[in-house]
Amino acid sequence: MEQTDLGLWGVPLAILGGAIRVSTPFIFVSLGEAITERSGRINLGLEGVLVFGAMTAYAVAVLTGSPWLGVLAASASGACFGLFHGWICKFPKVNDIAIGIALMLLGSGLAFFFGKPFIQPSAPDLPAIPFGLWSNSSQVQAALNINILFLIGAALAVFLWWAFKNTRAGLIVRVVGDSSDAARAMGINPNTVRLLATAIGSALAAIGGAYLSLYYPGSWNEGISSGQGLMAVALVIFARWNPLGCFAAALLFGGAGALGPALQSVGVTQGYYLFYAAPYILTLLIMIATSSPGRALAGAPGVLSITK
Amino acid sequence: MTDRLMFSRRQILKTSAAGAVLGFAPSLLPVRSAFAAGATIGFIYVGPKDDYGYNQAHAEGAAVLKGMEGISIIEEENVPETVDVQKTMESMINLDGATMLFPTSFGYFDPHMLAMCEKFPEIRFRHCGGMWSEGKHPKNAGSYFGYIGQGQYLNGVAAGHATKTKKIGFVAAKPIPQVLLNINSFLLGARSVDPAITCQVIFTGEWSLAVKEAEATNALVDQGADVITCHVDSPKVVVETAAGRGTFICGYHANQSPLAPEKYLTGAEWNWANIYKMYVEKLVAGEELPNFTRGGLADGFVKMSPLGSGVSEAARAQFDGTLAEIMKGGFSVIKGPLNNNKGEVVATEGQAFVETAIELESMDYLVEGVVGSTS
Amino acid sequence: MTEIASGPVASTLGGPALAGALEWAARRAEGLVIPLAALIVGMALFSIFIMLLGKSPAQLFDLMWRGGFGSWFSVQNTLSRAAPLLLAALCVALPARLGLVVIGGEGAIVLGGVAAAAMAVLVQGAPALIGVILMGIAGAVAGGVWIGAVGALRHYRAVNETISSLLMAYIAIALMNHLVEGPLRDPASLNKPSTHPMDPAFVVGAVPGMDVHWGLVAGIIACVISWILIEKTRWGFAARIAGGNVRAAQVQGLAVGPLIVGFCALAGAFAGLAGMIEVAAVQGNANASLASGYGYTGILVAFLARHNPLAIIPVAILLGGIDASGGLLQRRMDLPDATVQVLQGMIFIVILFSETFYGRLRVFNPDLWKRPA
Repeated sequence: MEQTDLGLWGVPLAILGGAIRVSTPFIFVSLGEAITERSGRINLGLEGVLVFGAMTAYAVAVLTGSPWLGVLAASASGACFGLFHGWICKFPKVNDIAIGIALMLLGSGLAFFFGKPFIQPSAPDLPAIPFGLWSNSSQVQAALNINILFLIGAALAVFLWWAFKNTRAGLIVRVVGDSSDAARAMGINPNTVRLLATAIGSALAAIGGAYLSLYYPGSWNEGISSGQGLMAVALVIFARWNPLGCFAAALLFGGAGALGPALQSVGVTQGYYLFYAAPYILTLLIMIATSSPGRALAGAPGVLSITK
Repeated sequence: MTDRLMFSRRQILKTSAAGAVLGFAPSLLPVRSAFAAGATIGFIYVGPKDDYGYNQAHAEGAAVLKGMEGISIIEEENVPETVDVQKTMESMINLDGATMLFPTSFGYFDPHMLAMCEKFPEIRFRHCGGMWSEGKHPKNAGSYFGYIGQGQYLNGVAAGHATKTKKIGFVAAKPIPQVLLNINSFLLGARSVDPAITCQVIFTGEWSLAVKEAEATNALVDQGADVITCHVDSPKVVVETAAGRGTFICGYHANQSPLAPEKYLTGAEWNWANIYKMYVEKLVAGEELPNFTRGGLADGFVKMSPLGSGVSEAARAQFDGTLAEIMKGGFSVIKGPLNNNKGEVVATEGQAFVETAIELESMDYLVEGVVGSTS
Repeated sequence: MTEIASGPVASTLGGPALAGALEWAARRAEGLVIPLAALIVGMALFSIFIMLLGKSPAQLFDLMWRGGFGSWFSVQNTLSRAAPLLLAALCVALPARLGLVVIGGEGAIVLGGVAAAAMAVLVQGAPALIGVILMGIAGAVAGGVWIGAVGALRHYRAVNETISSLLMAYIAIALMNHLVEGPLRDPASLNKPSTHPMDPAFVVGAVPGMDVHWGLVAGIIACVISWILIEKTRWGFAARIAGGNVRAAQVQGLAVGPLIVGFCALAGAFAGLAGMIEVAAVQGNANASLASGYGYTGILVAFLARHNPLAIIPVAILLGGIDASGGLLQRRMDLPDATVQVLQGMIFIVILFSETFYGRLRVFNPDLWKRPA
C-alpha cells in the first residue's frame, strides 16, 4: 500500500500528466487557428469542427477498426468545413466571426445527428508511447504514456514557427494577413490564400477532435467537448499568433486544468469550483501582466477583424 | 430502434390522415382523439436521450410503454431547467393533448413543474427524484425514485473484495443528497467486507464533463484507488478510463460491462420501465395514481448488472447473501454507530435508517472513511 | 419581389406618385426582402436534409409554423423564449459599436442573477416594488462591473476583450457554482443546490393578458433605449467614431477610455438585468440553471441583427420561434434535438451570407425607379 501512495507528489505529477493528456486538442485547434488568423480571417467555428471531427474519427475507427483512418477522415471533414468557411467569407460584407458562430451550431448539430449510432460501441484507441518505463512507479508510467498526436503537435508547433519566418508559403500567409492590397500588388490572390489557410486550420482542429474521441477521454458522446474549440481560438490571441506560444498556452491550460482533480485527490477538498477555474484565472492574470497599452498587439495580423 | 421508427411512421400517417379530413388544423388536434380510451404521455429529458446513462435509462423505460394498447408517447430531449421546460410541458398539453407528463430531471420540479401543476389541474405530473409531500404540493403532482443506494452498497461489496490497496474511488458530479447517499453506500458496502477500506471522492462539479471525469479518474488511480465507480450522467468515460488504467469498475445508471468485460465487477442500474408501466396501467384502468412512489431492488425499480469475471467466489457469496437480505425489505445501509468524516455522530448505537427513511433523501454528510468534502 | 411589395400602391395611385412610391419602396424593401428570401432559402436547404432522412418537408413547415407562431399559445411560447435573448444580445451589440467583440455575456448574466438573489434575501420583507428595484440594481451593477472591467482592461491594459470576456465568463460560472453550493446555499434545496428562495412578493409576474413575463417588455425597452443612445446621442456618435479609428477619435478630443468602459458597463448591466429577471420571474432563486447558454445565443442574435438594437427584436423572436417549434419537431417527427441545431446552423449561414447582396441588387436601387426628369 505504501508503494502506491504518492501523497502530495501526486499534484505536480498530475499537472505534468494533465498538461500532456489534456493539452493536445488545444494544441491542434490553436495551431490551426493561428494559420487561419495569420492569413487575416478568424474562424470562430472550430468548436463545431472539433466536435464533428471527434464524431467522424470515432465512427470511422469503429467501422474500420483503424484509429488512424479515423484521424484521416476527421481531418478531411475538417478541411471541408474550412473550405466552406473560407469560400463563403470571400464575399464582400460576409462577417467571418458570425459565420463561424453559425458553423459551430451546424458542425455540432450534424455531429450529434450522425453520431447517434456510435455512442455505445467502443472504438480502438490511438497508440501511445510509454516514455516512463524507466520508472517503477505506475503513476509516473501513466503520466509519461505519451500519445503520438501530442508529439506530432509539438513538432508541428516548431515547424510552423520556423515556416512562418523562413518559407515562401509562410511569407505569403503573413503578407495576406497584413494587407490585402500589398498581397495583390505581389500578384497573390488573398482569397485563395485565406481559403487554403482556413481549410488547413480546420483540418488541424478536427484532428484535435479525433484526439478527444480516440484517445483522451477516448469516447464519443454529445458532451465530449466542453468548449475546447472555442477556448483554443481565444488562446491564439493570448499566444500572439506565435505557434510556439500556442503550444505553451495549451500546456499551461492542460496542466492548470489537472489541478482541481489532483488537489481533491490529496485531500484539498474545499472550494473545488475555484480550483477548476484555475486555467481561466491564470490565463487572465498572465494576459493582464504581459499586456500594456504601448505594445498592444504585437504580432497581430493587420486585417484581422477581431483586433481592429 | 426499429420500434421507434415504426412508431414514428404510424404517428406521421395518423397526423396526415387527420389532416386530410379536417383540413387546416390537423396537428392542433390532440393525438389522443385517434384512440377511443387512450392517453398521450410526455417524457422530458434534460440531456440527449441516448447518453448511455441517466437519460437513456429513462428513455428505455419510456420505450417499453410504446407497445401498450392505446398509449402514445411523446418525448423531448435536451430541455434546460428554465422557462423552456415550462413551455415544453405546456406545449405537450396544448398541442399534443398529453394528459400525463414525466419530467425526469430533478431541477424540473421546483418551480417549473409545480407552476404547471397549478395551471393545469386536470393533467397528471409525476416527477423523478422530487420530494412530493402531502399538503405542501398539489394533488396532481407526484414523485417517484428508486433506492439506488442499495445498488451502490452491493457495488461496494464487490469492490471490497476486489481491492488490494484498500482504497476505492468515486467520481461524483455534485455534493447533493442523492449523490452523497451513493458515495456513503459504496463505502459502507466495501467496509462490510473490510472495515479498513477508505473511499476517495472527487467532485467534478458538472453532470456531464468528459475531460474532467477522465482527469478525476486518473487522479484517483494515481492516489492508489483500484476500484472506481461514479455518479455522473454518462459513466462511459469513467469506465473506459479506469479500465485503461487497469483498475476494476462498478457501473452506474446502465450496464456498461461491454465497455470493459474483464474489469467490470457489477453495476447499479435503473429499471424505470416497471415504474412507468405501473403508472400507465393505473391511468388506463382509471385508478388513483400514487403521489409518492419509492422502491428498490425488491420492487424491481433498481437492478444489478450480472457479476463480471473479476468477481471472486468469496465476493460472489457475500454479494448474493447481501442481495437476498436486501430483497427481504427493510434493509439499512446507514446504521449506528456511525460518524461522518468530520467526526460527528450521524447514527447512534442501535439507530438504523431503513431504505424508506425520508431522512436519507436530505443527506448532507459523507461518512467516516470517505475522503472528501460536501462543499 | 419588389413588384409584389409595391403592387397595391401602384394600383391605387398613379403617375408621379407611383414612381415616388416605388422609389420609396425600393429603398425600404432591401432590408426586408433579402433576409426573408434568405430565410426561405435556408428552410429549403433544410428540407433537402429532411427529405434525405425520408421525412416530409411539408409536415416540417406545418409543424414549425404551428409550434412557433400558429396559435396564441405558440406566440407566447416564442416570446417567452425570446425574452432573455434581447438583453443578452445587447451585451454584444453595444460594445460592437466601438469595434469590440465581447463574447462573455454569459458571465454577466450569471453573476447578475446571483447578486439579485442575494439582494432579495437581504431585503426580505421590503415593499414589493422597492425589493424588485433593488434586485434589478444589484443584477445590473454586478453585470456592469464584470463587463465594464473587460472594457477597462481593453483600454488601459490593452488586454484583448474577446479572450478576457470569455475567460471571465468561465470564472463567473465557477464563482456562481461556488456560492450557490457553498456560502449562499439553502440547505433545504437538496438535489438542486440553490440560494434561499426570494420573498414571493418580489416575483416579477406576467404581462397582463399574456403568459409572458415582464422581462420581454424590459428587453424591448432596453433595445429601444440602446438604439436611441447609438443613433441619436453624441455618445453614440462618438462611439461610432472611436469604433472606426481610436486614434482619430482621440485627436478629436473624445475621451475614448470612459466611452469604452461606459459602453461595456452598460452592456454588462443589461446582461446582469437578464440574470435578475431569470431569478425574479422564472427560478425564484439563483442556481446553476442561470448558466443555460443565453449569453452565447445572444452573440448569434447580435451578429444576425448586425448589431442594430432594433433589429435584435425580430431576430430574437425568430430564434425563440425556432426554439419553440423545435420541441414539436422532436415529438411529432421523431427527430433528435440535433436536427434543430442543424436547422439553425443552415438558416443562419444563409442569412449571414445574404448580407453580401446589400447594395448589389439592381431592383433595390432607388434610381432605377425614379422617373426620368
